[in-house]
Amino acid sequence: MTAAKRPPLPVILLANDLLDGEVVFWTGRGWSDRPAEALIAKDEAAAFELERAAAHALAQNKVVDAYLVDVALDAEGHAVPRHYREKIKTEGPSVRRDLGKQAGQSNLVPTGH
Amino acid sequence: MPLLDRNGAKDNAWVISEDGTADAEQIIVAYAHVKEALAGNGRGRRIGVAISNTVKLAELLPHLAEIELVSITFPAYGDGRGFSIAKQLRNAGFKGTLRASGPLIADQFAYALACGFDEIELPDAHAERQPVEQWLKAVNAITQTYQHGFGVQNILDARRAARANGK
Amino acid sequence: MYRYDEFDARFVRERVAQFRDQVARRLDGSLTEDEFKPLRLKNGVYLQLHAYMLRVAIPYGTLSARQLRQLALIGEKYDRGYGHFTTRTNMQFNWPRLRDVPEILDLLADVEMHCIQTSGNCIRNVTADHFAGVAADEVEDPRPTAELIRQWSSLHPEFDYLPRKFKIAVTGSAHDRAVIKAHDIGLRILRNAKGEIGYEVMVGGGLGRTPMIAKTIRAFLPKHELLAYLEAVLRVYNLEGRRDNKYKARVKILVHEIGAEKFTELVEAEYAGLDGPSIDADPQEVARIAAYFAAPAYEKLAPRSSAYETAKAENRAFATWASVNLFPHKVPGYAAATISLKNIGEAPGDVTSAQMRVLADLAEKYSFDELRITHAQNVVLPHVKQDDLFAVWQALVAADLASANAGLITDIIACPGLDYCSLATARSIPIAQALAQRFANQQRQIDIGELNIKISGCINACGHHHVGHIGILGLEKSGKESYQITLGGDATLNAAIGENLGPGLAAQDVPDAIERIVDVYLKHRKADEPFIDAVRRLGLEPFKIALQETLHAPA
Ligand code: HEM
Ligand code: SF4
Repeated sequence: MTAAKRPPLPVILLANDLLDGEVVFWTGRGWSDRPAEALIAKDEAAAFELERAAAHALAQNKVVDAYLVDVALDAEGHAVPRHYREKIKTEGPSVRRDLGKQAGQSNLVPTGH
Repeated sequence: MPLLDRNGAKDNAWVISEDGTADAEQIIVAYAHVKEALAGNGRGRRIGVAISNTVKLAELLPHLAEIELVSITFPAYGDGRGFSIAKQLRNAGFKGTLRASGPLIADQFAYALACGFDEIELPDAHAERQPVEQWLKAVNAITQTYQHGFGVQNILDARRAARANGK
Repeated sequence: MYRYDEFDARFVRERVAQFRDQVARRLDGSLTEDEFKPLRLKNGVYLQLHAYMLRVAIPYGTLSARQLRQLALIGEKYDRGYGHFTTRTNMQFNWPRLRDVPEILDLLADVEMHCIQTSGNCIRNVTADHFAGVAADEVEDPRPTAELIRQWSSLHPEFDYLPRKFKIAVTGSAHDRAVIKAHDIGLRILRNAKGEIGYEVMVGGGLGRTPMIAKTIRAFLPKHELLAYLEAVLRVYNLEGRRDNKYKARVKILVHEIGAEKFTELVEAEYAGLDGPSIDADPQEVARIAAYFAAPAYEKLAPRSSAYETAKAENRAFATWASVNLFPHKVPGYAAATISLKNIGEAPGDVTSAQMRVLADLAEKYSFDELRITHAQNVVLPHVKQDDLFAVWQALVAADLASANAGLITDIIACPGLDYCSLATARSIPIAQALAQRFANQQRQIDIGELNIKISGCINACGHHHVGHIGILGLEKSGKESYQITLGGDATLNAAIGENLGPGLAAQDVPDAIERIVDVYLKHRKADEPFIDAVRRLGLEPFKIALQETLHAPA
């Protein structure tokens, strides 16, 4: 990931878990399947740390497809992706509100980490 | 670079000498120099040629009888042209050694052998990550396949045999 | 139906073990993600937006009750209680974990199924006419050919690392119901002047970014020469196909760039050098496979069933379903019934595990234990006695599977789009749902008649939008979803690529635009003229104007 391609701040880091496929967010200490726990990088230095975390995690064979996503902050200060694609990715299918994170589901097997 | 065949790791008796000038008995020359290497081969050296996977069969045909090894480059493991070139060379009657050279993966070993390759030459880092044991295991993953003319074990012949035995 | 013998069974089991080992080597770092990805794809495992996706092969769309029940079980145990039938007659599960895939593969192998080559740059699941063995206009059942190709192409040592994916479809009829001209190779079974059976071989069709219609490279290939000829075609493609740009790597681009004549020349030259008989399947093998597709034990019935006629007279809803969803069977007293997976307001092609079990029961009880999946994402019970149709329909009603819309405007094909797919630029399912709701009225659908709407969520065209009478392509425009409308596509032997009608529309404007297009047709059509014929006669202009009106309609 190069700085040139970095989306506008603030950003979060998301990925898919290698074994379970679940969308996971970098919390600063590890990966969480809950978007509310995502570490929000508000300046260049913090975004750079996220990029390093992404590179490290890919090398550890824990997650795949890790990248930064630009977000807005909602009233509670939680990150909400600006782009509709990433919004669907963090919520679940818009045509099945009973499935995915929006319905409190997760494929993550806790022992995987 | 490490070399292996269906029995495992193998010593490389061939010396790579692009222009054919190296002082060795078994040399692999670049395709661009194969004509001169063969023409100047007064002292009976064994000559092989390294080709890219874009070389056309027709260009190689005139030299096949004199060449003892063809090393076909795989620029990436997903580039399967080398399999077809190997098959074409075998179809054309080439009896020498066929070498696949490049970052192949263990799961392609059986395919390579079935298409007529004898040996695989791997980049160092690659061979380190995928040790020979993995190749020898992977090559036996599928014991029989469905194609006539690709290796000895095929299901069509096995079915015929089973029919002949009245099964 | 084809049944595995000991060799097929062992082959599939070994493939499962091989995949299990590949996953283990990915986890221990022997395989990098770049190396593993093609391997998992070749076994049907994608990474989608929310989860992995597993694509199960349903060769030529034929399934038994036992197999469908196993899919129902997998849907419940490893997914979220449903599956999705695709335009290539496969089933996709949207929520499996990679760690569970080997177990799922074992369950599939238990019922003679697999995920081999349902993705990746290799020869994909072979498709065929879903009315194979049923249609009266059939020269020969295409399924034995498709099965022969399935076996031959499975883990083919030479053709597993092609420049790009390679799709083969077979039809045995004059009417093409398998969209063969949109495939890398389309095979049409026919008879020559001497009455011998063979194939017309078409190469270079495909949709995606650059849609193309396949060209005939052999007008008649004797039947027994098939495999050697395919080997020649694939070898030429493997060697000559472009590898510098994945969007130009399909065989259609090669055929287009060097011309069909030059391509034919290369194939014929390669073919001439092959020892055909050593490659082709021997006649006993061909006969062995064909025997599995022998006609079921039909009863001798009167061409018209009085029970059926009475039920139609007494029940209007049944009569409507029968008039829309039945296809004539070549055997008197039977019919093929299309079960629509296009309920108004639901995702096209989705089916719950409970519904799968109902379908399995019906197949067992009423259709010689056989089901077909169609490229239109519906299910067919191929051999139902007319006497039984009413009972079948009642069971379908109870399972919410009795929509009477096969081939009509609400029988919409849609890819998963951005609700599931990581490549998507826009959603497709909500558009299909909104359109179905707009045209929900049964009588109006019947008045409009045959009209195929096909929707893709990106340029890859999984929803076949290019060959929809009306095609809808979802794109991104300035950070918003935008939908482009094409008109005049055709998926039959008259295959045609639809033409763009104008600038993209916002999602909420799509139903209005389609309604205006349909209104133009209704206003100008002659007597029984179908939509596609009217579009051909009228040209695009009147429809373009209708679209402009949508764009400029007051909000
Ligand atoms: C959700 C994951 C999917 C992914 C990532 C995916 C990916 C792709 C890609 C990249 C292409 C274009 C290939 C090319 O032209 O070289 C393609 C084409 C196609 N896909 Fe999918 N697809 C997915 C799901 C589906 C589904 C659900 C269906 C059926 C409903 C489908 C059926 C097709 C068909 C029929 C084509 C036709 C284009 C052709 O053969 O030229 N795919 N897909
Ligand atoms: S057309 Fe695009 S969005 Fe739809 S399934 Fe295919 S790749 Fe995904």
